[in-house]
Amino acid sequence: MQSSRLLKIAVATSAAALVLAACGGGSDSSTDAGAAPGGEAFAGPVGDGEGKLSVLAWPGYAEDGSTDPSADWVTPFEEATGCQVDVKTFGTSDEAVKLMQGGGYDVISASGDASLRLIYGENIQPVNLDLVPNYADIFPDLKDRSHNTVNGTSYGVPHGRGANLLIWNKEKLGDSVDSWSVMFEPDSPAAGGVGPYDSPIYIADAAVYLMATQPDLGITDPYALDQAQFDAAIALLQQQKSLVSEYWSDYLKQIDAVNGGTMTGATSWQVIVNGFDPAVVGSTKAKEGATGWSDTWMIAKDTPNLNCSYKWLDWMASPATNAQAAEWFGEAPANSKACELTADPEHCDKFHAGDTAYWEDVYYWNTPTEQCLDGRTDVTCVPYAEWSKAWSELRS
Amino acid sequence: MTTAVVAPPKGGFGYRHPRARLAALLGAPMAWLIVVYLGSLAALFLTAFWTVDGFTGALVRTFTLENFVDVFTTPAYLQVMARTIGIALAVTVLCLVLAVPLAYFMARVASKRWQPLLVAMILTPLWASYLVKVYAWRAMLSPESGVVAWFMSPFGLGGPGFGLLSIVITLTYLWLPYMILPVYAGFSRLPDSMLDASADLGAKSWRTFRSVVVPLIFPSIVAGSIFTFSLSLGDYITAQIVGGKVQMLGNVVQQNYVTNLPFAAAFATIPVIIVLIYLAAVRRSGALENL
Repeated sequence: MQSSRLLKIAVATSAAALVLAACGGGSDSSTDAGAAPGGEAFAGPVGDGEGKLSVLAWPGYAEDGSTDPSADWVTPFEEATGCQVDVKTFGTSDEAVKLMQGGGYDVISASGDASLRLIYGENIQPVNLDLVPNYADIFPDLKDRSHNTVNGTSYGVPHGRGANLLIWNKEKLGDSVDSWSVMFEPDSPAAGGVGPYDSPIYIADAAVYLMATQPDLGITDPYALDQAQFDAAIALLQQQKSLVSEYWSDYLKQIDAVNGGTMTGATSWQVIVNGFDPAVVGSTKAKEGATGWSDTWMIAKDTPNLNCSYKWLDWMASPATNAQAAEWFGEAPANSKACELTADPEHCDKFHAGDTAYWEDVYYWNTPTEQCLDGRTDVTCVPYAEWSKAWSELRS
Repeated sequence: MTTAVVAPPKGGFGYRHPRARLAALLGAPMAWLIVVYLGSLAALFLTAFWTVDGFTGALVRTFTLENFVDVFTTPAYLQVMARTIGIALAVTVLCLVLAVPLAYFMARVASKRWQPLLVAMILTPLWASYLVKVYAWRAMLSPESGVVAWFMSPFGLGGPGFGLLSIVITLTYLWLPYMILPVYAGFSRLPDSMLDASADLGAKSWRTFRSVVVPLIFPSIVAGSIFTFSLSLGDYITAQIVGGKVQMLGNVVQQNYVTNLPFAAAFATIPVIIVLIYLAAVRRSGALENL
């Protein structure tokens, strides 16, 4: 049974690859490339729930009160819709893609570095946004982004966003740090205590720094790197390696290392930063800009629980739930009306929810593809598989 | 002869069909061995010859040797292999150095009343969770706030920090019981008469140790080293927790299995090959026959 499912995936994938190859062939016909992957969106209307829903989510995105009784927006959903929710969490985007390819989940909170793989892998279906009333209140700058929309077809509803922050030990680096240079330059006062995020997607952080320090390379999108730009990013990461104390992917490990004083300059998330003593650990969005995430709720292509899935998407996008979830996780909500409903009235200000200028130099995680995401057609870009390989070699 | 008139015992089905009896006895374990154990190894090996879709990361079942070529031609990966073997050897040697005197004391010096207690004490750490032990070592080895650093500071030295040395120390701690127990058993089996004979022939204690004790406990040492070596070879969690930026074979496998399962499978066959080579070398030394 498992193998036949795998076979189906393999077949679907090769079909997708053929479609991609066909699209790539007619160089500038990308706008009229025909049907988007994943078939047709649900025409509606959304009927009664099927009684259950299997959710694949980042930790903290679908809380049912078991982590903390005060964080519960799953139980009210179950009561309102009759859809019994089963939540499975994942730790990395790569893991999320793997789980989704295995099947059995109805909806997923996908970050941008997972979403395109899922779309072209035919693992998810287009979403009919008319069936999601709360979509109207989503911040406009989160709509129609390259990680949630392909050829004008939308694949989901934004959940929230955040920037990857620069954190530093104030006792060792002083109060005024505003540049990623402390993580990359050999003469950094944080040498020996640098803590990068342990994932291939971190290569984009190096690219963001290069955008500011080596404009000659011509990088405009850190996820669209041609070979020369990619090599420069890897060279920078090699240089960084001698400064590193630890690479982290488990956030508990980072908390331990930062509190222990061994990690003195690192990349981090707001939700982690909230736990640090602000007198000891400083945090900021560095002046060069930053990578970040913008997560999207998406629906599995072959879900048997389509009505429940649409109800879930609308539930998560509703101002009240979105406020709860974003506040619990520590990120900017996607729904503009959520800001009036957060427990901390200043939550949206702290996380710059509606501050369009703040997000202009935040580059949301995306899946690098051979066809450059920044629109260049004269070169091919380095695809994610190569990123992954290069990262594995760098770390070895 | 009275036995001639005794009727043969009325055995059951199994008695009359020795082959069926054997099948009933070994059926379940053999099925487990073949299906679960060898089956998964075969699946692993087979996967290593496939590849993945460069974009979606899904498996593509076309035969290729590329994964193995990558593994053996990329300098970074060869370095990881060498480093991992080095760590495994260092851990084995350290375990040996610590285990032999300890086991000798337990088996030959301590009184019979104390022996079970000492064995229990060696076993106790095995009952605690692996993760708890490694995290405890992380706290102890922490460069600034750790116990080890505090202990070293009067000598003007810092702690070892997170890195190669910390991995070796932690793995040695973890696997030491697996070396002590076989060596202890070896010392326990050592006949007193041999030691007496050696003394009668005028050998001093060092000579007795070298010429009598070591050859007799050598198979036990080899048995222990198989444990410490192969367990170290496959470990990746310790490296993750106390290794800082240092990686071992297992970390590379872990890093790749989600995005590129075939490559991870190809990489995972390396420790299997190394252990097979190790076992072959051990077999040549004749130690396996004496176990």
